[in-house]
Amino acid sequence: MSVAVVGVGIHPFGRHDGVTGLEMAAVAARAALRDAGIGWQDVEFAAGGSDAAGNADTTVSVLGLTGVPFINVRNGCATGGSALATAHAMLAAGSAEIALVVGFDKHPPGAFNPLPEDWGLGSWYGETGLMLTTQFFAMKIQRYMADHGVSESTLAKVAAKAFANGARNPNAWRRRRLSEDEVLGSKMVNHPLTQYMFCSPGEGAVALVLAREERARTLARAPVHLRSVAFRTRRFGSFEVFSPSIPIEGAPSPTTEAAAAAFEQAGIGPEDVDVAQLQDTESGAEIMHLAETGLCEHGEQESLVQSGATQCDGRLPVNTDGGCLANGEPIGASGLRQVHEVVLQLRGQAGERQIAGPARVGFTQVYGAPGVSACTVLSR
Amino acid sequence: MPADGVIAGTPEAPVLIGSECRRCGVVAFPRQSSCAACTSSDVKERRLGRRGTLWTWTIQCFPPKSPPYAGAAEDFEPYGVGYVELPGELRVEARLTESDPARLRIGMPMELVLIPAPGGNGSATYAFRPLEDA
Repeated sequence: MSVAVVGVGIHPFGRHDGVTGLEMAAVAARAALRDAGIGWQDVEFAAGGSDAAGNADTTVSVLGLTGVPFINVRNGCATGGSALATAHAMLAAGSAEIALVVGFDKHPPGAFNPLPEDWGLGSWYGETGLMLTTQFFAMKIQRYMADHGVSESTLAKVAAKAFANGARNPNAWRRRRLSEDEVLGSKMVNHPLTQYMFCSPGEGAVALVLAREERARTLARAPVHLRSVAFRTRRFGSFEVFSPSIPIEGAPSPTTEAAAAAFEQAGIGPEDVDVAQLQDTESGAEIMHLAETGLCEHGEQESLVQSGATQCDGRLPVNTDGGCLANGEPIGASGLRQVHEVVLQLRGQAGERQIAGPARVGFTQVYGAPGVSACTVLSR
Repeated sequence: MPADGVIAGTPEAPVLIGSECRRCGVVAFPRQSSCAACTSSDVKERRLGRRGTLWTWTIQCFPPKSPPYAGAAEDFEPYGVGYVELPGELRVEARLTESDPARLRIGMPMELVLIPAPGGNGSATYAFRPLEDA
């Protein structure tokens, strides 16, 4: 049994004073239903969530009270991916023919300030200045650069590419191009990462309509097949955020395991991917995730990025909508934004940022604290 | 500042209190009541070594939000953070006494010391200091 994406909808990312997260979710949901050519009353199952902007199922009071079973998901950075996995499984099990998935969020400016007690840590960990996600990303890429020969120029090129793609995406938040020198010359945040190498917490919403394959064929749109969704949490030994210590013996990251599972379920290999959306919380994350997902070898990123292979006109376009760097990070929405962009690319509807090569297979990977990753494989 | 049960030893020679799994031998910090590697709950206290090598590092260049940070934004000075690999045990995350990126190098030898805890109430926290020039 397979499942297809038959509708996608988005509320622009960025800052939207006076608009609640739930209102953005309703805008995205209506757009996705319209795109699928169906009404809210046709939806038989729904799942969704936000990290900080309310209960997703409250959108039903805006869209209409139809009695639809709705599961609220709150699973950190994997919120969107978890909602998608839930809906995918419900459809595959035959519990519904058509499902809606929605992810949204609205965060205040500045770095997140998680509290140690919520993460099983003593209060001293936060009091002494160790509880920052930015530190973790900086230290992971610092070590990775030393082990695998990645340069600061490559870090900057990843960000410059994101803003170039964002400039061509009407739904992106950051739409001004920035040169490699501007990225390198921006304020240092956590060595080796500068201000413009980091994404910012933001606002936005995305919704997807999924259908079982036989039903999908009766709908007007050309369906995009959701070949697999895989979700993993960290294993002992994986280097993750908020770790007062880590073992010397490493282990594969949750991204490595989720990606491998997604490719296996799909029966498609990383070498078949035409376009990928990867978690780019900061420039280094995109670089490391390229190899963790199997899209390239460790150490190959330096030549890939320097040669322009990951640009929209390259052989392996990555984060064609500008990624988190240009769209910001509304936690609940990011994973679904990636799927939204892949669907547009596979349909040939990505406008100015449509990839140059054939678009048959797409891949998405979302990752976050405290070591969760969700990956999907989609095909035309 | 760290709660009781995190730091032991003397002000001149502090040690961190971790734990060790009696079944698989895996070492953890801070002390855990069960083993994240093998799931056993048969663990004992273990005092960690004081010296190791710098595995990775960064400089915290902006004042962390408060809460949870105890220091005041107006008093903020950038500080180093790193993971120090203690041979045969684990890698510990800690503040570093050095905040100049030019004076930090992956692989350099480090030693555990106490520094004043942020917030200025006279308490101390742990940090690693370089034992030689980068």
